Amino acid sequence: MNVTKTLDATGLACPMPIVKTKKAIKDIETGEVLEVHATDQGAKSDLSAWTKSSGHELLETDESSEVLKFWIKKGE
Amino acid sequence: MSLQPMKPSELATKAVNKEELFILDVRNEDAFEDWKVEGSNFEYMNVPYFDLIDGVEEIMDDLPKDKNILVVCAKEGSSVMVGEMLADEGLEVSYLEGGMKAWSEHLAPVKIRDLTDGGELYQFVRLGKGCLSYMVLSGEEAAVIDANRMTDIYTDFAREKEVTINHTMDTHLHADHISGGRALAEESGGTYWLPPKDAEGVTFDFEPLEDGNTIRVGETDIDIQALYSPGHTIGSTSFVIDGQYLLTGDILFIASIGRPDLAGKAEDWVQDLRTTLYERYKELSDNLIVLPAHYTATEELNDDGSVQEKLSVLYKENHGLNIEDEAEFRKTVTENLPPQPNAYQEIRETNMGQVAPDSERKREMEIGPNRCAVR
Repeated sequence: MNVTKTLDATGLACPMPIVKTKKAIKDIETGEVLEVHATDQGAKSDLSAWTKSSGHELLETDESSEVLKFWIKKGE
Repeated sequence: MSLQPMKPSELATKAVNKEELFILDVRNEDAFEDWKVEGSNFEYMNVPYFDLIDGVEEIMDDLPKDKNILVVCAKEGSSVMVGEMLADEGLEVSYLEGGMKAWSEHLAPVKIRDLTDGGELYQFVRLGKGCLSYMVLSGEEAAVIDANRMTDIYTDFAREKEVTINHTMDTHLHADHISGGRALAEESGGTYWLPPKDAEGVTFDFEPLEDGNTIRVGETDIDIQALYSPGHTIGSTSFVIDGQYLLTGDILFIASIGRPDLAGKAEDWVQDLRTTLYERYKELSDNLIVLPAHYTATEELNDDGSVQEKLSVLYKENHGLNIEDEAEFRKTVTENLPPQPNAYQEIRETNMGQVAPDSERKREMEIGPNRCAVR
């Protein structure tokens, strides 16, 4: 996957992972991909719900290690 | 205005006293639909916190100016963020300390009544999950039934009452919450009782709880009699306490009955459930007062915050006890069941001692309502 930007939100508790993701996605263009790393378990359902409500696309989630990884494609 | 914290205990008082409160729940919509803080006179609004990061202007018109507002989220962080923005706008607002996680873990004793010769019976109400557990005290001894994971609540209460917990028992192998029975028995040097038919996969020692067993508490011999009453699980056992109270576990609730499917055997156990509810309990005294292990709706709470009702009243008013046709009964308890409780398999494995998750994982496994009933 072609990742344009990576955000490290590890060690941050809710709401910070989403607050930072929201800021970071402003820096990339429509169609580009943001990779997010987080350790807050709540990030799974919240990132999924946020991408849906904000028009972005959650392409993939990796929950295999302690650091959760998300790939988000910026929408219109 | 400044943002104020509200403790789960303060929120519990408001729920029990049926006070008015406006709850702004800032978790995502799925989480809110699934499970929320329940109160007869609570009003709700759900706006996910991520829609409010840039400001609260859009919801200001929908918020009451003359009512206390409580902001709720999963753990606390997001409710503080949103709460501060609302306080800056001049609203009277507080946030739930520890969020839904802390709410799920809050439980407090309600006195049911005095028993023979100075004994006492307490119901521990866990509002966040609708779980009910019990402590019988007499002389210098106590027994705890269907203890929850937060064992310090029971040990603190026992210390306050100057009693030793000699016995802990579970009416069945729970699937909706992690039992505190074994840990509590270990901490206080007591005996842990479990129905052997529910304990096939259990990895630790326990005292088998059989039909007809009598467990005595204290000098005044308050009897707890075990009554085999399968249906929710194959081992489900009820207790008759002091000849006055019937602890039904997850077989019979106030407004509903138990579901037979949480161990994957709905078809096998539906007949057991029917026999327990329509024959076995019917042979008992009408005057017994039913004390269940769960409730579902706040309407089931009495004014004093307890959950209890006479068996005779339930035979008149509980729909699940009034389905004459067996086929229809079978259909009711095996079809259109509510979703299963969160992580119920992992909870069962934990209660059997097969897995030992850390305390953070245990908290997460218990997120959500109990869902043990068929309405």
